[in-house]
Amino acid sequence: MTKVDISAKPSSRWSEFAIEAFIRVLGFSSIGLVALIFFFLLREGAPIFFETPPGDLFGARWYPTFDLFGTLPLILGSLLVTVTAIVIAVPLGVATAVFIREVAPTWTREVLKPMIEVLAGIPSVVLGFFGMTVVAPLVRTSLGVPTGLTAFTGALILAYMALPTLISVAEDALDAVPKSYRDASLAMGATHWQTIWRVVVPAARSGVVVAVMLGLGRAIGETMAVMMVTGNAARMPLSLDSIFRPVRTMTATIAAEMGEVAQGSTHYHALFGIGILLFLLTFIINLAAASTIFKRRRRGGLR
Amino acid sequence: MIQSVLDYVSQALHPFHTIWAGGGLFPRRIALGRRLALRLLAGLVVLSLAGTLVGCRPSPSSASAEVPTATQIIENKGSDTLVNLALAWAEAYMALHPEVRISVTGGGSGTGIAAMINGTVDIANASRAMKPEEIADAQGNGINPVEFVVARDAIAVVVHVSNPVDRLTLQQISDIYTGRIANWSQVGGEDRPIVLLSRESNSGTYVYFLENVIRLGDQDSDLFFSPDTLLMPSSEGISAEVRQNPNAIGYDGLGYVTADQKVLAVAQAAGGPYVLPSAETVNTGSYPISRPLYMYTAGEPTGSIEAYLGWIMGEGQTLVEQLGFVPLQ
Repeated sequence: MTKVDISAKPSSRWSEFAIEAFIRVLGFSSIGLVALIFFFLLREGAPIFFETPPGDLFGARWYPTFDLFGTLPLILGSLLVTVTAIVIAVPLGVATAVFIREVAPTWTREVLKPMIEVLAGIPSVVLGFFGMTVVAPLVRTSLGVPTGLTAFTGALILAYMALPTLISVAEDALDAVPKSYRDASLAMGATHWQTIWRVVVPAARSGVVVAVMLGLGRAIGETMAVMMVTGNAARMPLSLDSIFRPVRTMTATIAAEMGEVAQGSTHYHALFGIGILLFLLTFIINLAAASTIFKRRRRGGLR
Repeated sequence: MIQSVLDYVSQALHPFHTIWAGGGLFPRRIALGRRLALRLLAGLVVLSLAGTLVGCRPSPSSASAEVPTATQIIENKGSDTLVNLALAWAEAYMALHPEVRISVTGGGSGTGIAAMINGTVDIANASRAMKPEEIADAQGNGINPVEFVVARDAIAVVVHVSNPVDRLTLQQISDIYTGRIANWSQVGGEDRPIVLLSRESNSGTYVYFLENVIRLGDQDSDLFFSPDTLLMPSSEGISAEVRQNPNAIGYDGLGYVTADQKVLAVAQAAGGPYVLPSAETVNTGSYPISRPLYMYTAGEPTGSIEAYLGWIMGEGQTLVEQLGFVPLQ
């Protein structure tokens, strides 16, 4: 207590307590809300696992209007788009982070960093529209595929959306590498490039992994842009050219179908069932990212 | 007293029951604080009670009590295909006639007709004619359903403007959408793969197209859209792709088709006349992919319902085209 008015002592104690309790409730409520959301998901989605035999639930045909709830094409579609997006985004993102942190002169860095953060603020529906009207025709004409609305187009847009997160987190990780590492490497006679590639980036490896995980989490949960550019055909992406064919992702399925579904129907439960699967996937990704961070702390860290 | 107040709160805020009633969030060691918390709760209760009382005032029951006889309520329920049009009609009509209140709900044609048979709605919307057994049900209930065609729905099949194909039979469209025909050269076009576009599966147009075009109206058919069909979340999605992709074929309500797409002429059977969709061919029934949209009343309509239906078939038709349907002629 810094300032106590003696005459109002009891009320100030009360108000302090009230504020403390208020903040505590706020703090706990975020945990409570996540738990409530999870229980809600579980309550609405769990029935599908009893209503439909598991063989059908993970079957290859998703025709919800005719009670065929095979989620396999959707799961594979989500994975295909997300993994491709990460394959595109990681080299670009890490290279950009290295450039910003290690190569670029100060004034370039001052310009680039805020610009990249602005990228993160572009609404996904705008990127989706851009993808639908500009990227998709480009993909079709330059690759000679039947339609431009493909998994690859979705991955391009997703990679673009994951980049800002990836770059800023990776840049922070590079920033955390002590100057003494660089000094030592340069003093041993290594060139600037060798220092970056053999010393700084490996030292920041776990931070870069976290960046990739966060980008992955962003990509797998993205809905609007993906729905607009991937074509939403629930086909099994098994052939080699699947990446240049349309796919349907889990998020797009929920978004497209939830609006019109009858509450409490099998289809409704199926959509929430997909929500549970998605929740588990992102949970695993976040857990992996968190455990990487903790491992780094336990090893003593780099700071 | 405070206990009962707490019970009230915990019931009112049911989802948060454990948080409020458990008191676990307040540290046990400060008894004073606990009392304060109870007072806060009591204050909240007073506030929420006050809120309920205030909230009660403009409620419908007391509003209708103020105007006891003048308000006429028309209950309107049924087809999801028709629901947007029915809403637009209801809003426009209520603006013209403030003494009439029209409530519109969807749920499907069958739901609406069943509600009309049971006497819970005044007007049932349906995107299909009543089945004989439904009419028998209604007559068993002492109700003689009266049918009104209020608008027509036509589905146009569209391709890229540069596509040389300008006509198809229903059978060819069915084969294209099931994947049996996968190249435009098989129907007289260039050697290009066919890209199938459809609306999302929750759209009424999707179900109609599947049942009447892909399955050619055969109830026992188990044909489906090919899994390669691109499901577009909006009409704009379809037109954007058709506009720029010479491989694409799509379908949509006639009112949603823009000028920069090529509309195909469709024939019922090979050798039959190929007909382009237009208000005229739809109204005469010569364009094969079209259907009338119905409203049903229990017995000949009277009073405000008669006036409303009369308005729909007259002035109300100007709204039909804006919602993607074909007005009556």
